[in-house]
Amino acid sequence: MDREQRKQETPMAKQDVVDRIHNFYEVALGYTEEQAQREATRCLQCPNPRCVQGCPVNIDIPAFIKEIKEGNYRASAAKLKEFNSLPAVCGRVCPQENQCQEQCVLGKMGDPISIGRLERFAADWERNAGVEIPEKQVEGATGKVAIVGSGPAGLTVAADLIKQGHEVVMFESLHYAGGVLMYGIPQFRLPKEIVQAEIDYIKKLGVDVKTNYTIGRIFTIDELFADGYDAIFIGSGAGLPNFMGIEGENLGGVYSANEYLIRINLMKGYLFPEYDTPIRIGKNVAVIGGGNVAMDAARCSLRLGAEKVYIVYRRAREQLPAREEEAENAEEEGIIFNLLTNPVKFTGDESGWVNGMECIKMELGEPDASGRRRPVAIEGSNFMMDVDTVVIAIGQTPNPLIQRTTDGLETTKWGTIVADDETAATSKEGVYAGGDVVSGAATVISAMGAGRKAAKSIHEYIQKKKTGQ
Amino acid sequence: MFKIVSKEEIAPNIHLIEIAAPDMAPKSHPGQFVIIRIDDKGERVPLTIAGVDLQKGTVSTAFHAVGKTTKEFAKYKAGESIMDFSGPLGNPAEVENFGKVLLVGAGVWCAPLHYTATALKKNNNKLVVVCAGRTKNDMVYENQLKAVADEFHVATDDGSKGNQGLDFIADILKAQKFDHAIVMGPVSTLKKVVEMTKPYNLKTMVTLASLMVDGTGMCGACRVTVGGEMKFACMDGPEFNGLDVDFDELISRQRVYLPEERMASMIYEKLGGSVKRG
Ligand SMILES: Cc1cc2nc3c(=O)[nH]c(=O)nc-3n(C[C@H](O)[C@H](O)[C@H](O)COP(=O)(O)OP(=O)(O)OC[C@H]3O[C@@H](n4cnc5c(N)ncnc54)[C@H](O)[C@@H]3O)c2cc1C
Ligand SMILES: Cc1cc2nc3c(=O)[nH]c(=O)nc-3n(C[C@H](O)[C@H](O)[C@H](O)COP(=O)(O)OP(=O)(O)OC[C@H]3O[C@@H](n4cnc5c(N)ncnc54)[C@H](O)[C@@H]3O)c2cc1C
Ligand code: SF4
Ligand code: FES
Repeated sequence: MDREQRKQETPMAKQDVVDRIHNFYEVALGYTEEQAQREATRCLQCPNPRCVQGCPVNIDIPAFIKEIKEGNYRASAAKLKEFNSLPAVCGRVCPQENQCQEQCVLGKMGDPISIGRLERFAADWERNAGVEIPEKQVEGATGKVAIVGSGPAGLTVAADLIKQGHEVVMFESLHYAGGVLMYGIPQFRLPKEIVQAEIDYIKKLGVDVKTNYTIGRIFTIDELFADGYDAIFIGSGAGLPNFMGIEGENLGGVYSANEYLIRINLMKGYLFPEYDTPIRIGKNVAVIGGGNVAMDAARCSLRLGAEKVYIVYRRAREQLPAREEEAENAEEEGIIFNLLTNPVKFTGDESGWVNGMECIKMELGEPDASGRRRPVAIEGSNFMMDVDTVVIAIGQTPNPLIQRTTDGLETTKWGTIVADDETAATSKEGVYAGGDVVSGAATVISAMGAGRKAAKSIHEYIQKKKTGQ
Repeated sequence: MFKIVSKEEIAPNIHLIEIAAPDMAPKSHPGQFVIIRIDDKGERVPLTIAGVDLQKGTVSTAFHAVGKTTKEFAKYKAGESIMDFSGPLGNPAEVENFGKVLLVGAGVWCAPLHYTATALKKNNNKLVVVCAGRTKNDMVYENQLKAVADEFHVATDDGSKGNQGLDFIADILKAQKFDHAIVMGPVSTLKKVVEMTKPYNLKTMVTLASLMVDGTGMCGACRVTVGGEMKFACMDGPEFNGLDVDFDELISRQRVYLPEERMASMIYEKLGGSVKRG
């Protein structure tokens, strides 16, 4: 491979835009073996790899890429799984461009290595070839651990602890495990079969997954301890939707992003009436917000037959919190971006269904606490938008149920649980927490990183407890 | 899978169903609800708990077969299983020694009302109970409610038994002083009774059957305005003081999926009312 070739990334095929806006199949198609080989060959195998520092769980990136280059795909997947139990998920949804790939040295003179695509390739190869179930490693005293919530944080803790020989029971309040991976991120970005395969893997390892169990209602944390659990991990996420508190918000056709995405992804509303849960999408959909959640809701609307879909965001294009790739996909698909715009009121028809949205134009003022320039309303710039469906995607806070029903668990004024950065320990003995319930809405990989730390601490805690040292 | 232990049609189209749920039974209280999902393509349907049997480890609920899912559920027989049975959800009803309590139940809701009434009776309350139904043949839990009541009234929409309509409650309220009231029934009934208790500023707890999806506080579909604030019926309720509830907004939100529900029901009927799916 010459210098010029080395500078250029291997593109990944995407479903054609004309087709994909009418279906829920995956947009990005993944690398073929040849493409993966070519991309892996570009990697310089840096002795001091900067990419690894950019990765929140410090995957040995050159090592897994080297295995791909040499055609050892199973070994590559195994290398990934030493650090990350959900590589097929992370290879698809991690914000690589701000993490590993941002640091890659090749990025200085050309395109960085497409680390995410390679990760996805190795994980998909292994899943298609058949995953081998590792032996349990029983070392030292084993304990019984309850995990609350089955999102990426909980799944990571469960996998890590069962491999170390502990008995693990996972409680999930919904009827499927997987958290946001299952109910939030749409099929065309993360096929549910892939999430299900990861959950099946965790079940095969021996984790008892109990769906339909809402902790705080059926058992409290203290009742779990009374039932003989040695330690508890809380990974209940940030599932409570924020609303704007403006007039007309309770009209029909105004959804929280969570309701919208749950109806679509979890309940398969796009297949109504074959599936029983309806979803109604009008001609003109406005999605309020600019994160991944907003992009997902907007792109779902298009696929469900909306004619015009708007992203309405109060800051500017550069400040969109969504992954660049997803914002680009959305633009490509024809989503209209109304930036520097904020809704102030919704209006409805006589049947109580939303039929319009009054907005105000914004401009950027001084930077605020987050360091971003603060959007300020331009007085008198109000205008109406003709919409018949609105999705509010302005963030989520943690579900308060466990915090409300557990004595001695310290929380912040935002409702997040206070947990140590390094050990994931909370203020209550034997209780650990991580993921969005601690950080507030964040990313899959940060939830997994927290899960990894928690599993290590829980293992140490139980060993100490059992051996009385 | 959750097994149906027993099942009975207690009035036309109203079914009482008992489901094996040994972990759930000891944790369930009056006022809480469950969510059922019959099969893999099914909708999540909330139903109020109507009783538990701790010995058998079962939870009972009564439901009215009104739409696609509940009509399908009505076909299930004892011994068969449904896919999901999640609960208990929501907060338990307030149960303490209030003194004299007015209880009003309409239709299928008389079954869960009996569960609450029994708990109130254990707390030595005096109970004035109104059991309402569409006609004399549609009465649910009449005898059971009568058995716990200190004073008992029957009402039917058509006057075929007892009082016609619920207006007579205004007279009861005029004649007696109450410390607490509980109403369970369709939203129209809740609204009507609250209009009568409002002049006395009588705290009137109502169970709000708003539209729900998850039932665990994640979707906001169940949002209702109570005392000018946004509340989630599944997490903050489902029982609220009716004097503070914006019923008109609730009624409007409940109608949101009417066209889709009608379509699903129609397709279901056309298919001969059978879609048992693997
Ligand atoms: C639409 C959407 C798109 C996103 N896109 C991306 C992306 O592209 N890239 C990225 O990195 N991140 C993305 N995120 C964020 C990412 O999904 C989350 O940060 C991550 O899932 C958090 O993981 P978690 O394990 O902490 O919680 P969750 O995934 O939220 O899982 C928590 C689980 O706990 C359950 N639970 C809650 N309370 C209880 C209880 N009391 N008892 C039992 N179970 C309970 C919930 O039902 C849920 O299943 C997105 C989020 C959304 C909503
Ligand atoms: C907390 C809670 C507790 C409930 N407890 C009971 C109970 O104990 N017994 C019982 O029979 N029902 C109860 N319900 C109502 C029950 O959930 C609905 O009747 C059910 O969803 C109907 O499902 P379906 O698919 O068969 O009908 P759908 O297709 O959903 O609807 C059919 C018809 O019923 C109407 N409808 C739908 N949902 C409601 C609702 N929430 N309230 C009033 N009308 C509705 C529709 O407008 C339509 O006309 C409860 C609801 C909630 C939220
Ligand atoms: S920094 Fe880039 S080139 Fe170097 S090892 Fe990491 S991926 Fe390969
Ligand atoms: S039903 Fe979803 S928040 Fe209440």
